[in-house]
Order: sequence, then structure tokens, then C-alpha cells
Amino acid sequence: MNKKITSAIIAVILGFTVAIIFAMILGIKNGSNGLQTYMPQDILVPMFKSFSGIDLSGKEAFNPRYIGEFIVAAIPLILTGLSVAFAWKTGLFNIGSEGQLMMGSVAATLCGLYLDLPIIIHALVCIIAAGIAGFIVGYIPGYLKAKFDVHEVVTCIMLNYACLYLANMILRMQPGFTNEKTPPIKDTALLNSDFLSSISGGSRLNWSILIVIVALIVYWFVINKTTFGYQLKAIGHNKNAAEYAGMKVKRGVAMSMGISGVFAGLAGAVLVLGIFGTGRALPGFEEYGYNGIAVALVGANSAIGVFFAGGLFSILQVSQPLLQYVGIPRDIAVIISALIIFFYAIPLLYEKYIDRYAKKREEKRIKVQQSTDSGGGE
Amino acid sequence: MDSIVSNIGLTFMYSTPIIIAALGGLYAERSGVTNIGLEGIMLVGAFVSASLCYFLGLNASGGFYGNSVIPWLCVLAAGIVGALFSIIHAIASIKYKADQTISGTALNFLATGLTVFLAQIIFHQQRTPMFNNDFIRMKLPATNIPVLSFIRDVLCSTYSPFILAIILALISSFVMKKTKFGLRLRACGEYPQAAASMGVDVIKTRYIGVILSGLLAGLAGGIMVLTADQQFNSGTIHGFGFIAIATLIFGKWNAWGVLFAGLFFGFSNVIATFSGSFEIFSKVPEEAFFMLPYILTILALIITSGKSGAPKAVGEIYDEGKR
Repeated sequence: MNKKITSAIIAVILGFTVAIIFAMILGIKNGSNGLQTYMPQDILVPMFKSFSGIDLSGKEAFNPRYIGEFIVAAIPLILTGLSVAFAWKTGLFNIGSEGQLMMGSVAATLCGLYLDLPIIIHALVCIIAAGIAGFIVGYIPGYLKAKFDVHEVVTCIMLNYACLYLANMILRMQPGFTNEKTPPIKDTALLNSDFLSSISGGSRLNWSILIVIVALIVYWFVINKTTFGYQLKAIGHNKNAAEYAGMKVKRGVAMSMGISGVFAGLAGAVLVLGIFGTGRALPGFEEYGYNGIAVALVGANSAIGVFFAGGLFSILQVSQPLLQYVGIPRDIAVIISALIIFFYAIPLLYEKYIDRYAKKREEKRIKVQQSTDSGGGE
Repeated sequence: MDSIVSNIGLTFMYSTPIIIAALGGLYAERSGVTNIGLEGIMLVGAFVSASLCYFLGLNASGGFYGNSVIPWLCVLAAGIVGALFSIIHAIASIKYKADQTISGTALNFLATGLTVFLAQIIFHQQRTPMFNNDFIRMKLPATNIPVLSFIRDVLCSTYSPFILAIILALISSFVMKKTKFGLRLRACGEYPQAAASMGVDVIKTRYIGVILSGLLAGLAGGIMVLTADQQFNSGTIHGFGFIAIATLIFGKWNAWGVLFAGLFFGFSNVIATFSGSFEIFSKVPEEAFFMLPYILTILALIITSGKSGAPKAVGEIYDEGKR
């Protein structure tokens, strides 16, 4: 098995284990028989229900709505995951997906409110506008990194805050803005689907799944099949070598952050066109961008990995209300994400055990082979 | 005149946590470890001191320790917990040779999750209750001497931790430049292999650097919540940890630079808060002013670029075998 996949799986298991132990030590609830602590099943049963719709405790019947909501929550996570992963391929840490996503949302909202276009085309225009907005916000830290060698992490965080206020400012200026929301965007721009909603028990499942599929394919294609993607990876591996080989490193760095921003901008479009249907002024970050980091890390920056990791972190997201319902603070999910990132960052902790295990298996295999070889000889 | 005085006082108030956290970053980065987790450590410090302040304030009646001691006890506790919390980053990035940016990011997430989780367990809400024994503005005797009276007015419109920030900056400057420990710390950040060959314990020195950064960042978070806020919530620090990192870069990794860069970033926050009092700005949406500190930070980073005095080995994993 690939070492990266093994590390990711171990990091996930360790993250869950430590968080659950933590919750068991600290979390004391008022149960039916006085004070009692949380048990692992208190956390794991709602989590399982949140993505499969199956209640393991047997109290409720199967409900496909949960599956639909699980997919809906996974969509922006996969897109921000792709965003972070794309920059990472070039050795850049795009912690600014959050701000890129917000500006993408604003662009999609404005196009959705004020353009008059036929169905499908209107949605496409909104999505493209969101992508462009994300590109611009992503390009700034990339350009500053390339041109002035300013650390992209600090610039990205500062831009996240700037975008939060800028997005709120623009949205609040729109006529008809009430209750922290713009008026609903035009129906022609919406990605809603009665069909998808009805097969998933009335969930908010919508056509944005198509955007994710296209994004995953484009990501895979650009990274693995184009000269441009190869150059970006070369820059990520060794800047100087890439420079000597005649690649335009500075342009590559800026473009990589820009394209990374496009994926985040798309996530913003999905939120507006697919899920909420209006532009929303936010009191703070929604952590989509930050979760994208975890998704990209656990997904080892590959398209297929990000797809599965997006699913995993979607579980953490959709299980929050269910956990809160049984009295476990929803932030346990944030703690689990943090621990997964943490354990993924320290492979030395467990790599020696993986290596030892791999060695043992290898020795066993050789032994078996030798015995069958000698057996065949007789 | 009054508004000038009060604005200077507010500048000092916002500068205090920025300066102290940036000094924390100074110890970590000078020892060769990037600490992107300052924000998270500040958040933990803020939570600890806000909770403690709430509980101590419940039955404080000016007893034998006096109410003015309570906030100092709270920020001290915040510093200690911050130091403990930073050990996670130290172990990951020094012992297990993790990517320091990722490890610091994990620390930031963990702090967000952990503090709000604990707030829910302890207070059954996403924030701490309001506390009432926080820092109060300084009280000094009035004078008639022209310059002194102005200084007195300014100091009376700010909080005592600002004095602590200046003292810490002076101490840090002295420690870095004049002491054996400071020299060793800097050596570990510039060329750890050379330091090791001279008998310096690089691993131990880096542990001390990171833990000191945790102590100071925890202190900064505690001070921030007890001066600028009435309660703790997950948005209490709102990027000040990262502004502290920018302060460190802008201040060129030395204590005096940090002090003045910190005052600059503190001032940029005052523009945001007090834009409303000027007639000409009344048409501009308030969000534009909220954006200002963050945009100014980016501009400051662009201006300082190119001539940076960053420790040479900062962010690099220490490899004993490398020459």
C-alpha cells in the first residue's frame, strides 16, 4: 500500500481516537442515571447516521435525506480541498481559500441578482464570475510571493479578513438587503433540482455535483497530463532546478495561487447558487477554507484522495448538529479535524511501525516464496 | 485634545498584545522554529484568563488580595497554559520533525475547537460569560508640569499591561544581544549545525525558544481579552496572532523593531475603531475601516521585503548530520 495513504488512514484513526478519549475525560453529561461521561458510541452513532441515514441504535428508520445533505456538505469541502492541494503541488500553502471563497460567493450573488440570461447560461456565467473573483484574490498572495518574497501564509490570512469585510460591505450595499441577506437571486441562476431533491428524501442536493465532477477531472488532467502541471510540480519539488531548466518560476508561483483561488471561488458559487440562493453577510469565517487544508492534507493532494477526504470531513461537518442534539458540543468535530492534521504532520511518530510491519510482511512473503520454490523443485 | 489622548491610549491598548505576542514569535523564530500557531496560543490564553477572571470575579470583594491583582493572576495563568499548549508544537516540530507551518496550523485549529468545546462544557454556551474584574485604566496623580501632564493623561487613558509590553521588549532586547542564552538562541536559528559543533544543545535551546513563545503569546491573549473585550468568544483574537507575525517581520526580528512595528499596527486598529468620529469619513462604510489593519499589514510586508533580517535556518528541520 502507498505510504501516503497509510499515513492518512493512521492520522484519521489517531485523530478520532484521541478526540473521543478527550471527550470521555472532559465531557460530563446529565444522563438518565445521574452524571455520566460520553462513551465512544455517543459520538460514533450520530456520526454514522449523519452520512448513511441509518440509525444504528435502531430508534429511527433509514432516511435518505441524510445522504443527500452529506453530499451537499462534501461539495464545497472537495472544492476548497482541491484549491489547497493545487497550490501545494507548487510548494505553496494556500490558507486563503476562505477569502477566495467569499469573493466567489459575492461575484456569483451579484451576477445572479442583476443579469438577465436564459437558464443554464445564467448559472454558467455566475460560476465563471465566481471563478474569476477567486482567481484575483488567489493571485494577489501568489504575485506578492513571486515578486517580493512575502510569506503567502501571512498575506492569505490578512486577505481572509479583508475579504470578510469587503464581501459584507458589498452585499450590504445592495438594495433590498435585509436580515443579513440579499434578496433571493434569480431562478435562472439557481442550481436547484427537484429531481435530485426528491430521490434524496427532500434534501438540498443540487446540480453542483456536476461542478465538482468537472473540477476533479480538470484538476487531475492539469496536474498529471499537461506541461503546465508538470512545471508547477517541478517548481514545488525544487525551485532552483526548475529555474535552471528554463521554467518561469515566478509566473508559475503566481498562476498556481490564482488557479488555486479558482477552485475556492467555485466553492463560493456552489454555496450561493446551490445551497442558500442568496448572498449572506457573515459575522465570521465559516471555516470552509480551513477545512480545505485538512481535506488536501489527508487526500495527499491527489484528485481521488481529495474526493474521499472531502467525504470524510463532510461527515465531521454534517454530524455536528446531531452531536449537539445528544449534548456533545459540536466543536468536537473541529478538534477531530485539528488532530488529524496534527497527526498527519508527524509521520515520524508512527512511520517506524509501518516500516517494521512492511518489513515483516516482506520477510514472510520471501519465506513463503522460498518454501513454495523449494516445494516446486521436489 | 481629548480625542488625541484617548486615541493614543487605544493605540497602546491594541499594541500591547501585538507586541507581546510578536516578542514570543521572536524567541521561537530566533531559535529556528516558525510559530504560525501564535494565534491559537493567544486564543487559548484568552479563554483561560477570561474564564478565570469570571470565576474569581464572582466572589471578589476586594479581600486580602485586592481586585486589582485578579487580572494579573488571570494573565499569568494564561501565560502558563499558553506555554504548556506550545509544547505540542515544540514536540511536533522539533522531536518529530514536522513541517512547522502545518503543525502551527493544526495548533490554530485545535485552539478554536478546544476553547469553544470547553466553553460549552463549562458554561453551556459558545462563549464565556461577561467578566467584571478585568484591567482598569491606569490611575496616576495629576500634575501641572506641561509635558508630564500630557504623558500622564495618555497613560491614564490606557491599561497597565502596556508598561509590561515595554519592559518585556527591553528585557528581550537585552537577552538577545547581551546574554549567553541569547547568543546561543540566535546561533541555533542561524546555523544550528555550527552551534552544535560548539557544544550548544540545539534541541534544548529550540524547546526553550518555542515554550517562551507560548508563554508570551498566552500572556498576550490573556491581556487582549481582559483589556479589549468583555467576554471570550472564538473571534476574540481575530487575526492578531498573524498580525504579530507580520510585526515580527516588519520589525526585522529584533525587539526594538517589534516595539515600534507593534505600535504601528496598534494604531492601524484605532483608525478602524474611531473612523466614525470624523465628519469626512461618515459616508464610508465602517467595513472599509475594519479592512484597514489587514491591508496595511500586507503593505508593510511589501515595503520590508527584500531586506529581511530573518534567521537563516528558520522553518528548516534540524538535521544533525547536515554540514
